[in-house]
Amino acid sequence: MTTLPETTQKKLGLVIDLDTCVGCQACVTSCKEWNTGGYSAPLTDQDPYGADPHGTWLNRVHAYEVGDGAKSQAVHFPRSCLHCEEPDCVTVCPTGASYKREEDGIVLVNPDTCIGCKLCSWACPYGAREYDYKVGVMRKCTLCVDRIYNDNLPEEDRVPACVRACPTGARHFGDVADPQSDVSKLVADREGYDLMADFGYKPQNKYLPPRPKRNGSGVQAIETSDEPTTKAHQTPGSALEKLFSWADQKLSR
Amino acid sequence: MEPTIDRSPDVADEIKTTTCYMCACRCGIRVFLKNGDVRYIEGNRDHPVNKGVLCGKGSAGIMQHYAPSRLTAPLKRVGERGSGDYEEISWEEALSLATEWLGEVRSTDPRKLALFTGRDQSQALTGWWASQFGTPNFAAHGGFCSVNMAAGGLYTFGGSFWEFGEPDWEKTEYFLLFGVAEDHASNPIKMGLGKLKERGVKVAAVNPVRSGYGAIADEWIGIKPGTDGLFVAALIHELFEARTVDLDYLVRYTNAPWLVIQAPGTADDGLFARDDEGNPLVHDSTSGALKSGLLPDVAPALNGEFELADGKKAVPVFQLMAERYASGVYSPERVAAQTGVPAEDIRRIARELAEAAFEKEIVLDVEWTDWAGRTHDKMIGRPVSMHAMRGISAHSNGFNTCRLIHLLQILLGSIDCPGGFRYKPPYPKAIPPHLKPAGKLGEVAPDTPLPGAPLGFVEGPEDLLVDEAGEPLRIDKAYSWDAPVAAHGLMHMVLNNAAKKDPYGIDVLLMYMANMSWNSSMNVPGVIKYLTDKEEDGSYTIPKIIYSDAYFSEMVPYADLILPDTTYLERWDCISLLDRPISEPDGPADSIRQPVVTPDRDVRPFQDVMIDLGSRLKLPGFTNEDGSAKYPGGYPDYIVNHERTPGVGPLAGWRGEDGESFGKGAPNPDQLERYIENGCFHKHHLEDHQLYFKHANKGYLEWAQSVGFIGSADPVVFQLYSEPLQKFRLAAQGHGAQLPPKHHRRRIEMFFDPLPFWYAPFEGASLDESDFPMHAITQRPMHMYHSWGSQNAWLRQITAQNKLFMNRERAEQMDLADNDWVWIYSHIGRVKAQIALMEGVNPHTVWTWNAIGKRKGTWGLDNDAPEATKGFLLNHLISELLPERDGGYRYSNSDPITGQAAWYDLRVKIEKAEGDAAEESLPRFEPLHRPNQKPRPDELEFGAQFRETPL
Repeated sequence: MTTLPETTQKKLGLVIDLDTCVGCQACVTSCKEWNTGGYSAPLTDQDPYGADPHGTWLNRVHAYEVGDGAKSQAVHFPRSCLHCEEPDCVTVCPTGASYKREEDGIVLVNPDTCIGCKLCSWACPYGAREYDYKVGVMRKCTLCVDRIYNDNLPEEDRVPACVRACPTGARHFGDVADPQSDVSKLVADREGYDLMADFGYKPQNKYLPPRPKRNGSGVQAIETSDEPTTKAHQTPGSALEKLFSWADQKLSR
Repeated sequence: MEPTIDRSPDVADEIKTTTCYMCACRCGIRVFLKNGDVRYIEGNRDHPVNKGVLCGKGSAGIMQHYAPSRLTAPLKRVGERGSGDYEEISWEEALSLATEWLGEVRSTDPRKLALFTGRDQSQALTGWWASQFGTPNFAAHGGFCSVNMAAGGLYTFGGSFWEFGEPDWEKTEYFLLFGVAEDHASNPIKMGLGKLKERGVKVAAVNPVRSGYGAIADEWIGIKPGTDGLFVAALIHELFEARTVDLDYLVRYTNAPWLVIQAPGTADDGLFARDDEGNPLVHDSTSGALKSGLLPDVAPALNGEFELADGKKAVPVFQLMAERYASGVYSPERVAAQTGVPAEDIRRIARELAEAAFEKEIVLDVEWTDWAGRTHDKMIGRPVSMHAMRGISAHSNGFNTCRLIHLLQILLGSIDCPGGFRYKPPYPKAIPPHLKPAGKLGEVAPDTPLPGAPLGFVEGPEDLLVDEAGEPLRIDKAYSWDAPVAAHGLMHMVLNNAAKKDPYGIDVLLMYMANMSWNSSMNVPGVIKYLTDKEEDGSYTIPKIIYSDAYFSEMVPYADLILPDTTYLERWDCISLLDRPISEPDGPADSIRQPVVTPDRDVRPFQDVMIDLGSRLKLPGFTNEDGSAKYPGGYPDYIVNHERTPGVGPLAGWRGEDGESFGKGAPNPDQLERYIENGCFHKHHLEDHQLYFKHANKGYLEWAQSVGFIGSADPVVFQLYSEPLQKFRLAAQGHGAQLPPKHHRRRIEMFFDPLPFWYAPFEGASLDESDFPMHAITQRPMHMYHSWGSQNAWLRQITAQNKLFMNRERAEQMDLADNDWVWIYSHIGRVKAQIALMEGVNPHTVWTWNAIGKRKGTWGLDNDAPEATKGFLLNHLISELLPERDGGYRYSNSDPITGQAAWYDLRVKIEKAEGDAAEESLPRFEPLHRPNQKPRPDELEFGAQFRETPL
């Protein structure tokens, strides 16, 4: 059994905008690409050119539809470790390999002490941990712990690889414990929520729900089609004659 | 105790910039290198295309670069075509053989070389190579990709979607997205959508399939395939009805007031009335006289009938437009059933467009001077923007539909204004650009270059490439009466025509990056037959095939000589303004690729090889007067030193001996270094007063002329009414010197309408709808499109099988359930596939992911890979020819104007695959054999080599 820190100085996490995610997989492959050569190196792949290609990934995007027929909506849902405040995946760990960092709240696996027992993946309700069959240890999102403090990267690049790559800007990174942080403001503005909050794991990652669909141009309706708006419209004659009469304005090239 | 971790591990020994090539988007990338291996690839924040982001493909580039399907050495075929029996040969032997084959053709009949280059990003080089060789038979893959969009735009407003323009993402207030758009352009559209979402701008997506962009759109309009033009025409109808048309804009920037001669049966019917200098005439309301429509300060009438000097009558274009689009033919009620879009929705969307355009008018306090020298203190914007690509393009009515979309934009006054659709320099260009295709009778001769470029823009029948009988001069029949405006050629017809020797047989087929025997062709079984057809003497009907590619694709085993290309990280390249630019609306940009790693195989970049062959063949452009090679340093030498016209070369940045010139200037020996220092790209920033109304902005036009983008600083007047099209129609009516053969006349007369219109796509119109009630189309997975095969070890974990997606309710009516296996029948064959049910698809439409299905033995995959056992292609079902017409002639399954392959016109019926228990797709082709295939790894542990402590 592994204990959790009583508090953490920061609560770093991702804020993921489901209103903007188009499911392009950029966060998925950029994550794999960074992390297979980084803290979690390697994230191995089995049968990569064969009948059942599969491997270890720290982030995946799921696409599904909600509702039937005309009322249905399509959602693209990125899924990775949510860096919970009270994660069972850590407390269940028999060796202390899974731990929650006091400094920033990141949940990490120490590959040197992980024995690959998989208890943590059973404990995680989000399915966010993946066992690497070749290496024999559990892998999970590190929030790119080897990027976010890295002096060898320019300051603006000290964000997780998935945030760096996302083409639509649907992924944000920051300290959700700091009410003045950009991510906290975003969560407040957009009514960001905890995934499956009822479980009580208190994820540090937040999701922003799809915005209401706009049906309209965003301006007050103007009386264009039903009511005549020009004098020409009221002139007698066929529809085309009326149109030409309207077009008969003195316009200069 | 928490373990101590290294917070600042080394990330790279070196980071090199270059340009991505996983698709046609051409994003700037930074490649992290460690111990000579590629550690990581990220987007370049400074780059104009992607500004730091990178898509799912680009971020999986490592696996593309290290793929086991990479070719390793030149190969010469020793067995039968398709057998895969090859011997490895040296580059010297390969190039000598190619030189011998090509030299023989050039000295006898150069048109017997067909050079078609697929998804080539160096057409400025390859097209020029073809013209130096002397063959008109050159094109890239635009004929089956996007020529309807390019031509539709260039013949209407001198620009087009994607590469030549984009929405004003920062200012637009309404965005209408048509068709499959996940492909071109990839990252810029995603970034743009993100910006619109942040600002709360409405996004409406018109697509039979609710794809990733449709998912986040405010409104998804699940239209029936091929009816977009009808929908757009109904929107135009509504704009006329509601008088929400920007008349000022039409008078200033378009040919709406130009007078069209109304004299049916005469040779000038439907042409513009012109004065003695050839200027188009308008009726000036102030003076009551006919005046040149190109003069400033005329007050031209938009309607009325006027008598010309010769007594003929003429009416303004606007009047003809109103008569067509305001009529009941395009009323929302009339089009609702055909499009599947309810009339009230059409009416509402038209109203929303007009509200956004006119009620949300944007005013920028930026002074600018128009073409006539008049200074304006403001820039007024109509903030509505649109984007359309393949979903419009790949139909036989695509050219007209594309023109209709541009008409809609123009009627709203939204082209190149703040918030509208903005040109990317070097566009706008003249309508159409002043570049005519070379290869007319007498222009093709042994050992002689063509007098111009093989591809260009015809302005009338006199520009066609036809013989005295009106028959095609090009192997693909481009610029013939089959496809007069075929600005990108018809790559999809080359193999068919060459095998049938219609219009003639060829001797050498040279192809690059074109998977013609698989996912880049219609009627794959037919194409495989054409590639292997033999003459009575046992020789192949297409005698010699040379193919260059980096990977073992389905096409490789059908070639006689294989020239292995490098991956994108191992090569020089040049993304040129002479070719397909990567500019942004606020300034022209170009870029390079530099080799960031050295090949570990005996491969050479295709462009180096072409330059080498050019000098071996002593082509004038590649040879000095003393016979020595002009570019002994290969492609980088050419990129720096080649001048197309004096001072204008492949790269526009840092020209001149001092490197200080843009656009025009002497070659700069340090040019590539300057590009590399700047992140492998150059961008010129326009001044504020040049940013909008480029088509009529003196400050922009004069500058564009000075740097060689355009020949004159004349304003670009939008051609709502297209006179070149009317000239073809007149020829079909028997007027003029160049007449179509009789069997073409009805078709030319019908489809060459100077005002765009909608007609039903050909395949559906020629079949009984009850036999083939469904439309079948493809979409592009964002994580794979254009990435040349799904062999990428990471990407294929995301998608290794494509299913046929169907509307759930419709499927249930047909007693079909998720994961059932079905037969998909078209009028030429059937394919067995597995279905997946979904809500977000038009009920009359089925669709699948494009190009996931692979042939066994290819792409470095095992024979039991799902791509080969369960994946499938719709290509097998698409005929490259339309059914026989009167007289037995069969047109290609293409747009009648541009020759664009109409692969979205496919009609099918679906039946449950009863009595066939095998859960495998059909048809099955014999596995292809790869020579010298190295064992594929059972497991990958890429990245382990970067660990500081070994595993």
